[in-house]
Amino acid sequence: MSNAKDTKPPALPQRILLRFLRDDLAEEVSGDLEEKFYSTLKEKSLFQARLNYWYQVIHYLRPFAIRNAWSSNKNSFSMYRSYFKTAYRNMVKNKLHSFINITGLSVGMAVAITIGLWIWDELSYNKDHEHYERIAQVIQNVTNNGEVQTWRSIPYPLAEELRKNYGSDFREVALSTQLFDRLFDAGEKKVNRPGLFAEPSLAQLLSLTMVKGTRDALKDPSSILISFATAKASFGDADPLNQTIKLDDEIALQVGGVYEDIPENSTFAGTAFIAPWQALLNNTDWIRNMHDPWRPNAFVLFVQLADHASFTTASEKIKYAKLNKVNTELAKKKPELFLDPMNRWHLYSEFKDGKNAGGRIRYVWLFGVIGGFVLLMACINFMNLSTARSEKRAKEVGIRRAIGSLRTQLIAQFFSESILMALLALVCSLLLVQLVLPAFNAVADKQMSLLWTSPVFWLLCLGFSLFTGLIAGSYPALYLSSVGSGSALKGVVKAGGAAVIPRKVLVVVQFTVSVVLIIGTSVVFRQVQFAKNRPLGYESSGLLAVPVSYVPEIHKHFDVVKAELEKNEAIVAMAEASAPTTGTWSSSSGFDWEGKDPNLSVDFPVFSISHDYGSTIGWEIAKGRDFSREFLSDSSAVILNEAAVNFMGLQEPVGEILRWNGQAMTIIGVASDMITTSPYDPVKPAVYFLSNGPDNYAILKINPRTSAAVAIARIEETFKKFSGDQPFEYQFIDDSYAKKFGNEERIGTLSTYFAVLAIFISCLGIFGLASFVAEQRTKEIGVRKVLGASIFDLWKMLSGDFVLLVVFSCTIAVPIAYYLLNEWLEGYQYRTGIPLWICVAASLGTLAITLTTVSFHTIQAARMNPVKSLRTE
Amino acid sequence: MIETRLGDFEEVILLIVGILGEDAYSFRVAEEFESQTSRSVSIGAVHSTLNRLETKGFLTSKMGKATAERGGRRKRIYTITAYGKRILAASRDFKVSLWSQYPGFAGKLNVAGPDA
Repeated sequence: MSNAKDTKPPALPQRILLRFLRDDLAEEVSGDLEEKFYSTLKEKSLFQARLNYWYQVIHYLRPFAIRNAWSSNKNSFSMYRSYFKTAYRNMVKNKLHSFINITGLSVGMAVAITIGLWIWDELSYNKDHEHYERIAQVIQNVTNNGEVQTWRSIPYPLAEELRKNYGSDFREVALSTQLFDRLFDAGEKKVNRPGLFAEPSLAQLLSLTMVKGTRDALKDPSSILISFATAKASFGDADPLNQTIKLDDEIALQVGGVYEDIPENSTFAGTAFIAPWQALLNNTDWIRNMHDPWRPNAFVLFVQLADHASFTTASEKIKYAKLNKVNTELAKKKPELFLDPMNRWHLYSEFKDGKNAGGRIRYVWLFGVIGGFVLLMACINFMNLSTARSEKRAKEVGIRRAIGSLRTQLIAQFFSESILMALLALVCSLLLVQLVLPAFNAVADKQMSLLWTSPVFWLLCLGFSLFTGLIAGSYPALYLSSVGSGSALKGVVKAGGAAVIPRKVLVVVQFTVSVVLIIGTSVVFRQVQFAKNRPLGYESSGLLAVPVSYVPEIHKHFDVVKAELEKNEAIVAMAEASAPTTGTWSSSSGFDWEGKDPNLSVDFPVFSISHDYGSTIGWEIAKGRDFSREFLSDSSAVILNEAAVNFMGLQEPVGEILRWNGQAMTIIGVASDMITTSPYDPVKPAVYFLSNGPDNYAILKINPRTSAAVAIARIEETFKKFSGDQPFEYQFIDDSYAKKFGNEERIGTLSTYFAVLAIFISCLGIFGLASFVAEQRTKEIGVRKVLGASIFDLWKMLSGDFVLLVVFSCTIAVPIAYYLLNEWLEGYQYRTGIPLWICVAASLGTLAITLTTVSFHTIQAARMNPVKSLRTE
Repeated sequence: MIETRLGDFEEVILLIVGILGEDAYSFRVAEEFESQTSRSVSIGAVHSTLNRLETKGFLTSKMGKATAERGGRRKRIYTITAYGKRILAASRDFKVSLWSQYPGFAGKLNVAGPDA
């Protein structure tokens, strides 16, 4: 009680109380509380009295005592109508400004929506399978000379082994072949269709939705499940059940069921049929009569976990399931099995040194970040321009205040204006997305559509628009409305440094992102070009690969076919091979040679080829000679590539003996390295040998004097003479080689679009800002002109600020881009560098674009008649 | 619809208003309640109840005098209406009739409590 000031009731809770309390209760309540305070003070400490005051205030938060904010303004409808009317008039008055604002934001939103859809699509991959969370593929890590490789294929007895000895962890174990094209004969026309031979449990595991028949039909080795699309294509409207289908010309099966097409975003998309594994086994000699079935890794194995099991514990248990069964030679490779869960197949598909190394998830992140940034930039512009513009409306605010507008009404007005703009932008962006989605789908290789019916999508879109609107409107709404009506009327409202600095930061952020994107795009294309320019090692133009594995007649009449095609000038050369030059289809570990380190484990891709193969594809023999018909001993000879010679460490390879599964083969020549797998990887050691039977592919070199279309027609005609009704298919080697760049090119194209859009949005922003600055400084420009400044001086003055900002952005962007791209390039064995000139060019380009944009306004402002500009206001 | 039944807390508050007579305003009612029942109560809770009782028509109120210890602010004085008195009487009669029907305590109505 000593100090009267101290013993007053605390001020803060009092203010809070009056804030929420009904006005008519204010007097009595604050009186009561003050009385309570003093009466408490008599008995207890000051602290307790204050605490009690707080307690009492909080206990006044009761419905009866709280002021009702909404009931006071009964005329809100016409109020809002007036807000919208003002907003509309303002937009129409500043057409250019509104246009820039809405376009920028809607382009940004459109980019974000598109990328959002893409990410959503990527993330929902495989999710249509009911047991998505419980399915895994059994894959293995093998060690080859200290290097750990991850193989997705396994030997087939592993399925039985897992079922028998590790069965408690798995609900289903399903062995399957990989998805291959098979000759599919439904009675009328033979076509190639992709399909699987799999154990019956696969149908359960994939939770196939049956249209007709049952999943169990697969248990019968003489029946087959086909997809709905296949059924339609093969039998039309007729009942497909129990129809006969012949696969690969030898396996006849009855349709036992029709399943709904597996969705596009599934690993199993496009599976036209699933035939019983037993049928393949019964009809395929090499599988049944295999010397050591644990040796070839030619099949894939899927499991569904039992309810109690987890991926890690099951992986741990089966780790050595293969090692315990294989022979000593293969045991050297230390195969370790583990489970790769279905939810990681698509996005985390790459393995390095036996550990997961990501995969497409990189691109999900990359595009996510880009989308986020583009959207951020668009929002920044929107806010920047709205804020800059609102300063011009200080007078309007002044008049509104003078005639009695409440602050809350002004806030509501500015907010409703910016939210209206944001919603308009949303509508535009949705239209835009709808328009560009088909094109985007083509580039991204997807089938996406707007999720019109998804509430989450709408919630996100609307939520985001409201958020942007609120943020963009917050400066005028909260700041301008707080200015006194007098100063507002005088028009002296100027945002000080506090408002200019964030604006500059925002411009810098925008241009940094743009420059990073430009550099990134250039480097992606450079890398693609670099890999494309890599010497192939053979002549790919005009080279044609025709699968002939089902048509032994071609092999039988090889010379006749060749002679006829050469005679009618369709081709200049023809040979046979086990694989097209763009792939390796088989590899072997059974090689041995003199001086081989006994611990060295080898795995060479092998190619069986016919005579003339070399001259057909135009390879180069670096040492020794090509296969020749003149040497009968060539049937036990091999040609190595240079990589193999280096790997084996042979000084004089020609004449050396290479033992293959015990059989001695003479090395007669060395061919230069050819790229057969990824153009980004080093060439693997390869072994070429002469085949003694029919091979998988006929390789033809089209006569350069004949057009490709004519040549193909003639080839088909000739082939059909011998192959009868077998489908004639072909691939151009240079086409299939170009497909190897698909992924990188796709990313390049997409990031080009994004970079262009980013620059576009940044320029829109800076364009708007320049117009604003020029307008604000009209008088200054007038005075300077009167005092003798030239147009060039003024232009320099007005543009200088922006140039400085862009230069600053570039210095930030270049190191960021360098760091990120280096990281990306690390992923490629064969890669280009990041030359400085790309960074310089990107920076200069951005600068040039900025200057052009800004100059549009600055020159206009500088050329204005000073009499006019001085008279403004 | 206005609720016309009387809750337990409401009944006590109504009685206290009657006891206090001319001095019945939120703060005093809360103090009286605490001293009579030795239960603590916030002024807000009492005020809310008084307000409700007024809506139900058991109380009327008018602004009274200002005093120095409340910073010169006036207080709202509550008075029981005739309707309020009737409700209180009805409530008492109803309980008495219940008590008289309870065999264990029939005829012992003047006993202060069951454990006395």
